[in-house]
Amino acid sequence: MTTEEIENEIADEFSSFDDWQDKYEYLIELGKKQDKLPAEEYKDENKVKGCQSSVWLVADCKNGLVFFKADSDSTIVKGLIALLIRVLSGQTPEAILNTKLGFIDKIGLKQHLAQTRSNGLAAMIKQMKYYALAYRIAGKTKQS
Amino acid sequence: MQSTIEQNNIDVEKIRKQFPILKREINGHPMIYFDNAATTQKPMPVINAISNYYEMYNANIHRGVYSISIEASEAYEKSKEKVKDFINAKETCEIIFTRGATEAINLVAYSYGRQNVNEGDEILISAMEHHANIVPWQVLCEEKKAKLVVIPVNDAGEIMMDEYEKLLSPKTKLVSVCHISNTLGTINPVKEIIELAHKINIPVLIDGAQAVQHLKVDVWELNADFYTFSGHKMYAPMGIGVLYGKPELLEKMPPYQTGGDMINSVKFSGTEYNEIPMKFEAGTPNVEGAVGLSAAIDYIHSIGINNIKEYEQELIEYAAEKIITIEGLRIVGTAKIKTSVISFVVEGLNAFDIGLMLDTMGIAVRTGQHCTEPLMDRFGIPGTVRASFGIYNTKDEIDIFISSLIKVLKMLR
Repeated sequence: MTTEEIENEIADEFSSFDDWQDKYEYLIELGKKQDKLPAEEYKDENKVKGCQSSVWLVADCKNGLVFFKADSDSTIVKGLIALLIRVLSGQTPEAILNTKLGFIDKIGLKQHLAQTRSNGLAAMIKQMKYYALAYRIAGKTKQS
Repeated sequence: MQSTIEQNNIDVEKIRKQFPILKREINGHPMIYFDNAATTQKPMPVINAISNYYEMYNANIHRGVYSISIEASEAYEKSKEKVKDFINAKETCEIIFTRGATEAINLVAYSYGRQNVNEGDEILISAMEHHANIVPWQVLCEEKKAKLVVIPVNDAGEIMMDEYEKLLSPKTKLVSVCHISNTLGTINPVKEIIELAHKINIPVLIDGAQAVQHLKVDVWELNADFYTFSGHKMYAPMGIGVLYGKPELLEKMPPYQTGGDMINSVKFSGTEYNEIPMKFEAGTPNVEGAVGLSAAIDYIHSIGINNIKEYEQELIEYAAEKIITIEGLRIVGTAKIKTSVISFVVEGLNAFDIGLMLDTMGIAVRTGQHCTEPLMDRFGIPGTVRASFGIYNTKDEIDIFISSLIKVLKMLR
């Protein structure tokens, strides 16, 4: 599926929730289901620091596709990570760089979360795009 | 509820009616505002005073020869009179209006600090200071090659007085500590802190941002050299704050900012500065803020600061008693003498998640480090959830808060 298709799918899922409590409860559920990273990945160089929560992000590139894994000390942020990973993981660097992640705005989370410095979400999206950029550059270098 | 009102001579329902914002609903729930240590809501008398200023006598002050400018100037000066009486200063020249407590501390660091602190000197602060009472001194110390020395805090969140005494030395050029901790609610023994410093002639700044709205502050009795606070945490508008300073100190200090109003005469060959407090108030001041602050002081007087203190004490004791029964919850800051703030952590859970979920139930609390990162490090925690009370909060609200918190913890666990 393209990033856009996945984003639409997520927006659809969220449209069934009436209020913020339900939306957050869903994120909590997703967060709880997320696997932990291997112990050695919880190091400072993988840490994306927010003011109120921290995120650890690792990336890998296989056959031209970028795969992400991440964890957070906040269950709600972990739920958001699950959504981001669902959209971005397994895509090409090009697709990751071109995705505007409009779904965050569409499901109303942008207003609640992303604009504040209170969590690592915005910083994490930026970091994911940096990884994609790095892999694109590395890929091009390889080809040439 | 009724019994509380009678005991304290406080009619909370009547008070609540004066704060229009308390009628708001958030996410379908009546709003419960427990972030009063960050800022308080404003009562109608304050809101009305500000609108009345703009509707009736808005003008630039001190230079106008026309009626509304004179009225505005009078209101500004009257506000200083009120502040002076409110903290029991002796003269209005001891009262400098600033943007807030942060600017007041910066003023002292910039002006007094740069004049009096030199290489090898020390500034003493405590481990529980707000960033506003850390960073200005850090910058000063870096610039002057002086040393920022930190008085440790014990596990209960109290300043270790024996350590403080040991740290005081002829190298100390200033002691700067908070009256009440914004994160822990600890009421520090500021009188004793000042007395000890004065024994070896060291001036003391007290950051009273969390104190003036909760208890009677008497700068004269405390013998504080500098005392700072913000209007917006005491029911007044944002953007107005106060620096109290002893006149003998203020007179010797150089200006902090320069421009209009702070001068007596300007020639290209040189400028003669105005007297205190004008010397420290460059540019058009915040007249609206001064008018609002004046109304807020009247408002506090109308309830009585001792009534406020007693009532808030009752609220915090009630909340603490209930909250500690929650499994896995630990209160951070258990000082013997504390007020108005309950900070806590819940085992295995993130404060941010708890705060977000409480918001979905209409409850406003603060989460995180509360601008006291070194204090969080001292306790080895990433942050806390903080509920802080004001004069309009009720035991009913605390009951709803506790039951909502229990629900939230269940969802997150």
